[in-house]
Amino acid sequence: MSEVAEKVQEQEVDLTGANQVIDKYLDMHGALMPVLQEIQEVYGYIPEPTVHLVAERLNVYTSQIYGVLTFYAQFHLEPRGKYIVRVCMGTACHVKGAGRIADTLKERLGIGHAETTEDLKFTAEYVACIGACGMAPVIMVNDATYGSLSVQKMDDVIQKYMKMD
Amino acid sequence: MAENAENIKVLICQGTGGLASGAKAVADAFEAEFKKHGVEAKVGKRCEVIGTGCRGLCANDVLVDVQLPGQEAVTYDFVTPELVTQIVEEHVLNNQVVEKKKAGPYYAKFLEKQQRIIFSRCGTVNAESLDDFLAHRGFEGIKKAVTMKPEEVIEEVKRSGLRGRGGGGFPTGVKWSFCKASPGKEKYLICNADEGDPGAFMDRSILEGDPYGLIEGMMIGAYAIGCTFGYVYCRAEYPLAIKRLQKAIDTCYEKGFLGKNAMGLGFDFDMRIKAGAGAFVCGEETALMASIEGQRGMSRPRPPFPAVRGLWGKPTNINNVETFANVSYIFYNGADWYSSIGTEGTKGTKIFALTGKVKHTGLVEVPAGTTMKEVIYDVCGGILNNRKFKAVQAGGPSGGCLPAEALDAQVDYDSLIKAGAMMGSGGLVVMDETTCMVDIARFFLNFTRVESCGKCIPCRIGLKIMLEILERICSGEGSEGDIELLQDMAYDIKKSSLCGLGQTAPNPVLSTIRYFRHEYEAHIKEKQCPSHSCKPLLKFEVIDNACKKCGLCFKVCPVDAVRWEKGQLAIIDKEKCTKCTSCYDACRFMAIE
Repeated sequence: MSEVAEKVQEQEVDLTGANQVIDKYLDMHGALMPVLQEIQEVYGYIPEPTVHLVAERLNVYTSQIYGVLTFYAQFHLEPRGKYIVRVCMGTACHVKGAGRIADTLKERLGIGHAETTEDLKFTAEYVACIGACGMAPVIMVNDATYGSLSVQKMDDVIQKYMKMD
Repeated sequence: MAENAENIKVLICQGTGGLASGAKAVADAFEAEFKKHGVEAKVGKRCEVIGTGCRGLCANDVLVDVQLPGQEAVTYDFVTPELVTQIVEEHVLNNQVVEKKKAGPYYAKFLEKQQRIIFSRCGTVNAESLDDFLAHRGFEGIKKAVTMKPEEVIEEVKRSGLRGRGGGGFPTGVKWSFCKASPGKEKYLICNADEGDPGAFMDRSILEGDPYGLIEGMMIGAYAIGCTFGYVYCRAEYPLAIKRLQKAIDTCYEKGFLGKNAMGLGFDFDMRIKAGAGAFVCGEETALMASIEGQRGMSRPRPPFPAVRGLWGKPTNINNVETFANVSYIFYNGADWYSSIGTEGTKGTKIFALTGKVKHTGLVEVPAGTTMKEVIYDVCGGILNNRKFKAVQAGGPSGGCLPAEALDAQVDYDSLIKAGAMMGSGGLVVMDETTCMVDIARFFLNFTRVESCGKCIPCRIGLKIMLEILERICSGEGSEGDIELLQDMAYDIKKSSLCGLGQTAPNPVLSTIRYFRHEYEAHIKEKQCPSHSCKPLLKFEVIDNACKKCGLCFKVCPVDAVRWEKGQLAIIDKEKCTKCTSCYDACRFMAIE
């Protein structure tokens, strides 16, 4: 576990939110994934105590839950930054220079795939394809999409978010 | 519809592409301008700003159609909020089209060879409005289907010749009949919207631009098969698509179009979205079902096929988004009409996502049988920066790369397979002479290796070893015999893997070796990358007699490593250079080595 994670983990995790999520899905077929997805929405990641809570209340083995959590790319077991920068690595983006965009991000923020800055402000993620191939290379910062990037434009986007709180 | 004909309409593309280019700001600007000028009072007509789905020409977003009553719509491209003032003042108020900002002749050309059937509602109606959908023949298909017996519905689909648009191309009607014939009362219908192929985004556009159309297609399928519950398995990377579809489903429930006795047609149909969690392999049907059940998305051997034992052990039918969208139109216009479009083996139209080094990137819907050349050159305007065409990658990570000689291939299931690629989901990535084919093979293999679920050994370990060989070649450390080893392994993996992912993963390697063997050899024997794209083999020097002294490289260099003055050759400072390849991509004369 990274240092960032350890620092956050020391604080107590409030389980109210997780309990509310589980309440909604108690008698649904195949509830595990939606429950985990919603818990992640509440906390921004999946804190360890919630895994045990889910295991107990949905009556599944902890091992099965971790099996699911580590299989899918979108579950995160460590806290993440406020701004999630998704760099698209699809074919179209690759052909048009996504590697360069990722390098720029790494240079400016010092983070590569699945890494978070120490101040918990940025997380970088290299993803398969975000389906905006017409405007490659593309990145997403949280829900905003930025297309037709060059190194210069990428710089501007990072600067913009660095200035924001 | 008739009562709206008097309104002034402004249609703005608000798919993901449009929004990323700033469609929201443009829409706001129109609203503000209308208010500021009091247009409604001045012209005496209601003004509507309508957010539509994607119109296909993503490269020129934001696209805006201005439609005055009784006139043909005028299309503007690259619209910015600043331009809105001018459009409103000149066009809307004084009926003077802003000629300079109108989309050029290429827009007409872009549409000329296309036949937009599935996309006929995308880009012309408000994607979120049920009324707009109903005004454009919405739910006519299901109304017609329920007047027939379920067997007749399946027969109609069989007669239309529709083949699954997810990639495999299995006849849809036949698939439905399998599931219908399976014993058991409880059955499931699944729409596969896990469009994981990098380079394809037509499903996303259908979900964003015509969500009700998908619901209708699924209702027809459900009625035919006799099931009452449908899932849409959608990638979580598509937040806007999920939001729009959810809204459409909610509206349908409110109005009684879904649920018990849906639309008063005497059958029940419920549906729900299941968001995926980021695993390419979940596009494979058995893995997809495992994922819905809340397990790791791993495929299992077939038989039993999903039509016999699928989701929760019940008979299940899975179709792709585009397939369901096609179904509605078969019932609007009849199977005979549908089968009159396309070729002998592939009926109807096919949507392609054209990306990469092509001028007008975007979504293109052409009748099956159009040639690759027509799609790339006539519809999409040819290659960017007037460079030379090298290859087109068809069918995503499981397809293959076709060289210039294969450009006359028709785009249908059988011709593409003959040429060594496949239709797949319909992504076409165009590559020019700056793209290294060995690097592309490495890229796809890296993708499939990461996305392999790891259950069967050929796929898990075989792909890893192949990738290591390719990485070695790309960094200039390839050795004699590597090509043969790659080929051997590729055939073995194809033969022995459990599911479609492993069976098709070596395809890009095989097709690049087949058509571009000389590039592999140059990497191995001469330690050179002929397309100057593999970084470890790049020198970053300006070729004196090719340089036209234009200064483009100077302008794009992010670290000021290029020295250039007007009329002088450019010089690259190797100390400062970070090898980002910006200059190389910008140069139009291939003057940088």
